[in-house]
Amino acid sequence: MNGFTGFVLRRTVAAVATLLAISVIVYVVFYATPGNVAQITCGPRCSPEQVHQVARQLNLDDPLFVRYGHFLQGLVAGQDYSTGTSVQHCTAPCLGMSYQSDQQVTQLILAKLPVSLSLVGGAMVIWLVLGVGTGVLSAWRRGRFSERVLTGITLAGTATPVFVIGLVLMIVVCGELQLLPFPQYVALGDDPEQWAWNLLLPWLSLALIEAAAFARLTRASMLETLAEDHIRTFRAYGVGERSIVGRHALRGAFAPVIALNANNVGSAIGGAVLTETLFGLPGIGQELVHAVNVVDLPVVVGMVLVIGFFVVLANAVADVLYAVADRRVVLT
Amino acid sequence: MTDPAVPAASGARQFWRRLRTQRAALVAAGVVALLVLVALAAPLLTAVEGQDPTTYHPSLVDSARGGVPIGSLGGASADHWFGVEPQTGRDLFARLVYGARVSLGVALAATVVQVALGITLGIAAALGKRWVDQLLSRFTDIIVAMPLMIMSLALLAIVPSSFPRPVLVALVIGLIGWGNIARIVRAQTLTLKELDHVAAARLSGWGTWSIARRELLPGLAAPVITYAALLVPTNITVEAALSFLGVGVKPPTPSWGQMLTAADVWYQAAPQYLLLPAGALFVTVLALTVLGDGVRTALDPRAASRLRVGTGRRRESKAAEGGTA
Repeated sequence: MNGFTGFVLRRTVAAVATLLAISVIVYVVFYATPGNVAQITCGPRCSPEQVHQVARQLNLDDPLFVRYGHFLQGLVAGQDYSTGTSVQHCTAPCLGMSYQSDQQVTQLILAKLPVSLSLVGGAMVIWLVLGVGTGVLSAWRRGRFSERVLTGITLAGTATPVFVIGLVLMIVVCGELQLLPFPQYVALGDDPEQWAWNLLLPWLSLALIEAAAFARLTRASMLETLAEDHIRTFRAYGVGERSIVGRHALRGAFAPVIALNANNVGSAIGGAVLTETLFGLPGIGQELVHAVNVVDLPVVVGMVLVIGFFVVLANAVADVLYAVADRRVVLT
Repeated sequence: MTDPAVPAASGARQFWRRLRTQRAALVAAGVVALLVLVALAAPLLTAVEGQDPTTYHPSLVDSARGGVPIGSLGGASADHWFGVEPQTGRDLFARLVYGARVSLGVALAATVVQVALGITLGIAAALGKRWVDQLLSRFTDIIVAMPLMIMSLALLAIVPSSFPRPVLVALVIGLIGWGNIARIVRAQTLTLKELDHVAAARLSGWGTWSIARRELLPGLAAPVITYAALLVPTNITVEAALSFLGVGVKPPTPSWGQMLTAADVWYQAAPQYLLLPAGALFVTVLALTVLGDGVRTALDPRAASRLRVGTGRRRESKAAEGGTA
């Protein structure tokens, strides 16, 4: 067990190092290239003097590494910001202040995060159950007509953009059949039942596409396992087909599914941006699109870092799960 | 596997032969060829129709009802084959075929950038000094970990707006999505590097560039083409998504994703305004994905036959086992 604790510790340190590297890259990329942040913040009709003043106010005249140092300091220890007339304290994980609204980026993200977490979390449950289930089914029915139908459906699923499926679902379910009202976000704490009903369509739009990838992967890895020698031995011993597929072959799909799930957290967050915009859910995706449109760099950088945090977290959790599930994995 | 009587086919010919045996991939290739043709011939096709993608036709929409196209089927007529866009009255057929140009063009250009960056950085990591490899590999890890969609979206905030938008979108997607190609190229180059003919070239005093070009690139072609073929549909989806969000290709330049932005409001009055771009995206991505799968099977038949042992009916898998025993 000691080796395992050490592994988790090393993995955590590596994750923190990765996050730090991401923050450097993202900070440099976003703040080094444009010389016109002050101009954009100030507006198109600002005089050069006014632009200069804004640049000074935003500390844009400091060298890049000094500004990154401030940023890091704010992230760890908090920071004070002067907003012209008053001084605002931005507490510990401080991601800076929005250029556009004088709001703290951390507060802005924290306010939107529950929506996005509800969306991606719920969708993840659906895509895992649906995807792995479909994969098992098509591996079990391999070579038959039903398998070909399932394979066709999952292929179509991988080829459909999230927003197309979302649009179609919204129009058919909410518009034509009127089975559900157009989704409106209700917080989980306020009314769990309404929370789930309102998120049902966004969950499905996000999950159906991701599920298709899981179905393809589960099927492929199960078929690879089914072709292995030990499965032939099981068959020779008279183990039933259902048990072979459902228990022994499924085990072979476990590690790849965990790995894909870690990867998919990233693409699902990308999909969440589309789903939130489409259904008008006030999550971080919608906020990110807004921030990009008004060139609010601290918000954009903050959002990218928070999303990076979740991606790195998902990968670290996957590595640990992988090690727990399969003790043959060499812990390094 | 190969008949000894038949002389060994060259790599490309063998590839075509294997691709030809896959019916689905062939159909997909046909669809892709048709789409490329439509995209290339967009000016010609719209000239035949007598329309262009950017002219407003206010007389064809009912401004009293918020700009609904006048007439049944969303204003479809002999003049406007697929009807007109709500509110503006722009010709839908013209926007759709010009949209094909943008979708395919941006995706292909982005793929070229991704492949070029991936090959360069992958080879540099594999042949470079240890610290170069470490630096590049860690950087690649981060690039791969960050979601393509989010990073392109964020990067579009800081790019200069004076550039033509489609070029910009292609560049942004290309600059971010090269990670997996670089990984594949690095791994493959590390294997190739140990081979005798590469070692011989190095001992004969060839420069790194000549070795990379003449000894490594041929060996890299198969894995790179395989992965690049699957990158194209991904890039199409990302471009469509960015344009759908209003940060990608902007009006008046038409793009399929962008056409869908307002489509949900109009689905009752002009269903084709939603269905045409959505269908075009679906067919394109599906065809490219199937073609990509076919290319992979043709380039790596071992992977395919490995799977086929399991996919076959009981009888077939027994026959296969009997064959190997």
